[in-house]
Amino acid sequence: MVTWTDFERATIQDIFSKIDYDVVGSAALSRCLIVYPWTQRYFGSFGNLYNAAAISSNPRVAAHGRVVLGGLEKALQNMDDIKQAFADLSVLHSEKLQVDPDNFKLLADCLTIVVASQLGKSFTPEVHAAFAKFLAVVVAALRKQYH
Amino acid sequence: MTSLSAKDKAAVKAFWAKASLKAGEVGADALGRMLVVYPQTKTYFAHWKDLSPGSAPVKKHGQTVMGGVADAVSKIDNLTAGLLSLSELHAFTLRVDPANFKILSHNILVVLAITFPDDFTPEVHVAMDKFLAALALALSEKYR
Repeated sequence: MVTWTDFERATIQDIFSKIDYDVVGSAALSRCLIVYPWTQRYFGSFGNLYNAAAISSNPRVAAHGRVVLGGLEKALQNMDDIKQAFADLSVLHSEKLQVDPDNFKLLADCLTIVVASQLGKSFTPEVHAAFAKFLAVVVAALRKQYH
Repeated sequence: MTSLSAKDKAAVKAFWAKASLKAGEVGADALGRMLVVYPQTKTYFAHWKDLSPGSAPVKKHGQTVMGGVADAVSKIDNLTAGLLSLSELHAFTLRVDPANFKILSHNILVVLAITFPDDFTPEVHVAMDKFLAALALALSEKYR
């Protein structure tokens, strides 16, 4: 069972209230596809991913980034049992999408970097730690149903 | 992993020209941040009086680390040879588990994103990520 301190809860709520879901979702997913190009294997139907400029302006990438942020918001709303809330999502990623779970960490790292650049100095080490813990819990929940 | 292309090296050098001006600050922030976000890394610094972000030993050591990164940029064409003695230091004296190089690299990238939000584009990000990974590999060279 994951326990959250008051600081962690408040901090994570605060981060999500400050970020623009469209901007962050799109930027994080694009960055992941650019920095870790092997992740493009899951997006064969997305059209032009030939270079960084194409990826950054691809509307399907942007739309999907928004979907990912929607998933994170679900975790935010179910912080006390993310594992349970994500059970179906985990099955989806393992059975249907067949995503190598190591990729979740790559996207989480890109999300951290994008949120950091959005929040600037207010993304202090303590805020960073709370966000890192949240993402680690989300990633673990997504990995849970793999077998 | 993949070796650095001419394009990667050019991107690293161009970005570093700007980033080097704040190297000490970046190093201190990255190190302090790492100790908070990944507390298992504190085990290597038990001999410091104060491990909090912004403390004197953290600041000083952050500068030392970034000095190493700067050195690596200048030796980007042959990191293994260039970082030989640093590798020996980490392997035989410090004995830092190389998994931690990845952790510190991530924290450096986060601080670069905070400090240079407009310059740390996805293209610069991938070049720096590759560079730090190559640096970590060169540092691991003498381990076994």
